Amino acid sequence: MSEKEKEPMFSAKIWKLLTSPFNQNNPITVQILGICSALAVTAKLKPAFVMALSVTIVTACSSFIISLIRKSIPSRIRIIVQLVVVAALVILVDQVLKAFVYDVSKQLSVFVGLIITNCIIMGRIEAFALGNKPWASFVDGAGNGLGYGMILIILGFFRELLGAGTLWGYQVIPDSWYVANGGFYSNNGLMLLPPMALICVGIIIWIQRSRNKSLIEK
Amino acid sequence: MENILNIFIRSIFIDNMVFAFFFGMCSFIAVSKSVKTAMGLGIAVTFVMLVTVPLNWLLNEYVLSGGALSWISPELKSVDLSFLSFIIFIAVIASLVQLVEMVVEKFAPALYNQLGIFLPLIAVNCAILGGSLFMQERGYANIGEATAFGLGSGIGWWLAIIMMAAIREKIAYSNVPPALKGAGITFILTGLMGIAFMTFLGIQL
Repeated sequence: MSEKEKEPMFSAKIWKLLTSPFNQNNPITVQILGICSALAVTAKLKPAFVMALSVTIVTACSSFIISLIRKSIPSRIRIIVQLVVVAALVILVDQVLKAFVYDVSKQLSVFVGLIITNCIIMGRIEAFALGNKPWASFVDGAGNGLGYGMILIILGFFRELLGAGTLWGYQVIPDSWYVANGGFYSNNGLMLLPPMALICVGIIIWIQRSRNKSLIEK
Repeated sequence: MENILNIFIRSIFIDNMVFAFFFGMCSFIAVSKSVKTAMGLGIAVTFVMLVTVPLNWLLNEYVLSGGALSWISPELKSVDLSFLSFIIFIAVIASLVQLVEMVVEKFAPALYNQLGIFLPLIAVNCAILGGSLFMQERGYANIGEATAFGLGSGIGWWLAIIMMAAIREKIAYSNVPPALKGAGITFILTGLMGIAFMTFLGIQL
């Protein structure tokens, strides 16, 4: 016990927990978790960013809390206990979003509530927080939330840029390029529609797995 | 009656849970490897949705939404508990799933063995909670509409996962680029099926 207490706050193990979700162990492209909400909110960059932030906070805090009380949860009812903790945190996030960024909260609509059933959160609690110490669980939750957020932001960036010609709501493609103004360019409206989000994730997986052969499925 | 039928058809085809809103994608991708297991999960999801959406509609109507408590006494008219709806909905869903699991285990052990692993998973299937949240957001007028919506969404999800499983059983024999095998090709297929389902968009009932 005393040996473990001496473990520094950012040991190599903790550092790996934080960074592996970005590539080798990404929640979306490798573990295939939390896709439900990832796709619907990425038509624009701003909601994608807010969603990424909310999920990171909820994942990190819920892993931390569950890890604190892990020894006193009876395993038969653990799912309900976990859901209650997560739901309470999501209510907090929802109220904060409604208070400070009301327009984004309206755009996200039911998807804020759906953070509760985001498989990443339950997955990390079940797979990690129930058997590890609070600080490690917190870092693991934060790392996975950030890995998820990274994919969300990549998706949001390309879908908004190619679909609407804007980024964060500001026009990026020069107006004079558009066909309507005598140019050669027009937006690809398909990028804003739900099916393209799936195809984009497919392409991200394709790129990642052809660079990293160890991830290829049999 | 016409309205109920309209909601039912809409929720199966036009507002399909998987293709229009990506609800329940995690289990959709993970469990669609064979038609048999997909069938089991589809039935379980449809049943749970059929029960939870009307149940949550009642809770929303008589407990949670603004002024809903006025049936107890007029003084409670100003109480608005809608911020609690997430936690109430998920508690209803999780306890119902637990209940269904126990009942099925007791009375139909054969079915339990088939569904066993999927039942606890359903509690965290976004399609179920999504159904209840959409029911609240769209404000269905009576319990008939809410039931039709629950049943239709469940059937829509069931339909989607069976089709996906059938395609994946076939594609197992195809020569897919190695980096796309498994998850990658499934995402792209779902996207293409979503484009096909968009053709229902123009239908007005």
